[in-house]
Amino acid sequence: MTVYLLCFILFLVGLYGIITRRNLVKIVISLSIMEFSVFLFLAMIGYVEGGSAPIIDPAAPDTIYVDPLPQAMVLTAIVIGLATTAMLMSVIIRIYRKYKTLDIREIKNLRG
Amino acid sequence: MEAAISVILVLMILGAIFAIHAKDLLSAVIACGIVGYGLVICFLLLRAPDLAIVQIVVETITLVIMVAVVLDSTRREPFSKPDMRDYVNISTAVVIIAVIFFFLNMASGSLDEFGKGSLRMAEHYIEGASEKTGSANLVTGVIFDFRGYDTLGEATVLVTAVLGVITILRLKGKK
Amino acid sequence: MKGMTLIVKKTTQLIAGIVFLYGIYVVLHGHLTPGGGFAGGVIIAGSFILLTLAYGSDFMKLTREETGTTITENLAIFTALLIALAGLITGSRVFFSNWLPAGRVGELISAGVIPLYNIFIGIEVAASILTIFLALIIFKEEITK
Repeated sequence: MTVYLLCFILFLVGLYGIITRRNLVKIVISLSIMEFSVFLFLAMIGYVEGGSAPIIDPAAPDTIYVDPLPQAMVLTAIVIGLATTAMLMSVIIRIYRKYKTLDIREIKNLRG
Repeated sequence: MEAAISVILVLMILGAIFAIHAKDLLSAVIACGIVGYGLVICFLLLRAPDLAIVQIVVETITLVIMVAVVLDSTRREPFSKPDMRDYVNISTAVVIIAVIFFFLNMASGSLDEFGKGSLRMAEHYIEGASEKTGSANLVTGVIFDFRGYDTLGEATVLVTAVLGVITILRLKGKK
Repeated sequence: MKGMTLIVKKTTQLIAGIVFLYGIYVVLHGHLTPGGGFAGGVIIAGSFILLTLAYGSDFMKLTREETGTTITENLAIFTALLIALAGLITGSRVFFSNWLPAGRVGELISAGVIPLYNIFIGIEVAASILTIFLALIIFKEEITK
């Protein structure tokens, strides 16, 4: 069960980064780290010891397969994570063009 | 298997801690790549080749977009002395992390052993899947046939995100 | 933005076609080997991004404005929706059913509607990521003018 605990520690490292960092790019990187830890946790739940990848081989009909359902969920989530990160990055470009800084304290103080 | 995944997870945690403490933003983005590519090795060890292929190409595209944004703006994070609000932030973060870690520890007692999970739902999916859908790849069969609505929703989210990016980065209307 | 040096240009000329062909292979064999629509779509977009980065944005005619890729993306997702709606008309009258015959497991033409879904979702994902990238490049161009 130490694998599960290490996965939770990775999630909490990302959470610490979101709460305490001031730079916008670091906040987006921490969000990305949190998402990776959730993908790993979902993929670990479906693992069966001694199982093989879920591709059916008609020649050997009696093998044990790993659970394919969490893998389908994670496949969807990876592409959605890419779309979210791309959209956050475009917002960061616009903020930099307008305020010339990426520090959230100074952006709150400017109130353009 | 547990030992190998634990070693790679420790490397990913060290990379993540470096990524949020780096002084240079380009180093932070490349350290985010450590976490992403370490995840690819973990997926291969967990017998999920579909996920490994998708994660490696998506991580490359994400790094390209992040480096393009960082090189277009400032590269340094100016170091300022931590004042009162920073100490309040850090103590709040430590309290929240301690509480969440305590509850996660309690919850992980009710998870099954790693690798011996119950496959109640999965047996229904694996049993007749290759005759019902006709595809040899079970994950593709689950995505497009058994759970097709989720794929449709995901394609909608992708189109909406691209619509958002085009709208935000548009300059022509401001003349 | 300017292109890169001569070595990068020559290497890209040799490699970009092979990457594009590999992406099409991953999309088409999605129901037999690992891969499928999403992975193959991102690989196809990657080959176009490689060409744009190596040759600079004033060489590729794609970068005047991004309407071409937007139209491709929307048409692909609309066609995928039409294929899903066709389940209402044929066979068992259920939305989103697999209405083509499922052949023998392991052949290229098998698994009903799934290869068609793979192709159209692959085109849609490739056009999406290319649109995001082109929006970034066009924004940079218009700012530096």
